Amino acid sequence: MKNTPFTSKHIALGAKMAEFAGYNMPISYTGINDEHAAVRKNAGIFDVSHMGEFILKGEHALDLIQRVTSNDASKLKAGQAQYSCLPNNESGIVDDLLVYCIEENKVYMLVVNASNIEKDWNWISSHNTAGAEMHNISDKTCLLAIQGPNATKILQALTDIDILNMKYYTFAKGKFAGVDNVLISATGYTGAGGVEIYFEDSNDAANIIWDAIFAAGGPQGLKPVGLGARDTLRLEMGYCLYGNDIDDTTSPLEAGLGWITKFTKDFTARTLLEAQKATGVTRKLVGFEMVDKGIPRHGYEILDATGTSIGVVTSGTQAPSLGKAIGMGYVQGVYATAGTEIFIKVRDKSLQAKVVKIPFA
Amino acid sequence: MNFPANLRYTKDHEWISLEGNVATVGITEFAQRELGDIVYVEVETIGKALEAGAVFGTVEAVKTVSDLFLPVSGTITELNPDLANAPETVNTDPYGSGWMIKMTVNDPADVAALLDAAGYEAVVA
Repeated sequence: MKNTPFTSKHIALGAKMAEFAGYNMPISYTGINDEHAAVRKNAGIFDVSHMGEFILKGEHALDLIQRVTSNDASKLKAGQAQYSCLPNNESGIVDDLLVYCIEENKVYMLVVNASNIEKDWNWISSHNTAGAEMHNISDKTCLLAIQGPNATKILQALTDIDILNMKYYTFAKGKFAGVDNVLISATGYTGAGGVEIYFEDSNDAANIIWDAIFAAGGPQGLKPVGLGARDTLRLEMGYCLYGNDIDDTTSPLEAGLGWITKFTKDFTARTLLEAQKATGVTRKLVGFEMVDKGIPRHGYEILDATGTSIGVVTSGTQAPSLGKAIGMGYVQGVYATAGTEIFIKVRDKSLQAKVVKIPFA
Repeated sequence: MNFPANLRYTKDHEWISLEGNVATVGITEFAQRELGDIVYVEVETIGKALEAGAVFGTVEAVKTVSDLFLPVSGTITELNPDLANAPETVNTDPYGSGWMIKMTVNDPADVAALLDAAGYEAVVA
C-alpha cells in the first residue's frame, strides 16, 4: 500500500484510514456528517494526492488528446481546464478526467482517477502513434482540494495569485505559501466552491503547504475532510464517480455526459456514440430520492410498481445536507423523467422512490 | 475506548445487559466508531422468537450498512422508539440512550456465557 506525503499527518489527526486504489487514505476524521457540513458551510481540506497526473507535450500533444477524449480540447486556452472522458472502442468509458491547458497547442496536463492510472496510461499510449511526449508525474505530484464557501478567502492570505476572483475551471501557476510552481485551479468535486492545488513534493513542499494552510485556516474553522464526505458531497451534486456511476460498460450519453461529448471533432468512439445519439439511449443515469424510509446502495436493484427490474443503483447515501436518502442509477428511458415513481429493492423489500433532477435539492 | 464491566459482549460487537429474564441490547463503542455516523436503525423482528446469532435488524451509517446479530436466543419485545428520530444517539451514547432492543431471553445462563468486558476488549484490541 502506498502512502501520500500527508499520510502521517492524517494519522496524527486521528483519521480512520483505509486502502483506496492502492493508497492508505483518510476516510474520515471527526465523522462524515461533521466534515460534510464543514465543506458546505465553511471550508475543508482533502488530500487527494492519490489521483494521477500525466503531462502531454509537443506538437502532437493536442492531436492525441483530441483523439482519446470526448470533449473538445482545442477550445482550451492557456489557463483553462475542462472536464472530459476517455471513451473506449465499445462506447464505454475508460475514465473521466480533467484536461488542463498549460501552454496552448504545446503542454497539457491530464488528471485521472487513482484506480485507473495504469489503464489510462496504456490506453492513451496505444493511441500515441505520432509520438507526443508523455510523462507520468503521478507519484511526485501532490494534490490538495480546499473546498467550501470560505476556502478561497482563507487561501488568499498565502499567495499573490488572485484566487478570490479566479473563474470556475481556470487556473494559474505561481508561488503559494513560499513554494514556487504551485498550480492553483478553481475546480473541485464538492459543488461548494474552492480550489485544488497541485505541486511537486520536493524540498519539503508538502509539509510546508499543509502546515501553512492549517495555520491560515485553523482559526477560521477549516477542517480536514476524508474520502467519506468527499463521496457524500459529490453525490449531492450528482457528479459521477468512476467505478460506481460510470465504467467501461456505460456510455457518456447514458451517463448524462452528452455535454462533454463533442462531435465537432474526431475521436475513438465517435461513430458509435453519434449513432447512439441518433437512435437514442435505452437506459439513462438518473437521480432519485427515497419516499419510503431506507437508504439505497450501489448495486441495489431498481423496480417498477409491479416488481419488474428496470435498472440498478450506482450510488446511494443518506445526504447529510439534505436530510434525506438519495441515489443515482440507470433506468430504462421511459422511467427517466423527473417525478416518475420507482422502487428500490432494499434487502427483501421494495421501497418507493421518485426520480428527481440533479443536483439534488 | 469504554467497555462497561456490567455488560456482556459478543464478537459481533453487540452488548447485552440482563435483569431477570429481560435483556437490553445495543452495539459497542467500537462498533459505532467503525460504522461512523448512524442514520437509520431498522428492526422488523418485534415479537419474533430468534436463535442466538440470527439477524434481528440492520444499522445504516452514511457509508455502510451492517446486520445486527442477536446475542442470545429469545424473543424481541421492543425497539428503542427514540432511534426513529435520533439514530445518532447510537454514536453519542451507545450503552445508554442509544440502546437498540429489549428481549426476553430463553435462558439467562446464555448471557453469562458471553464475553465479559476484558474478553471483548481483547477481541477489538
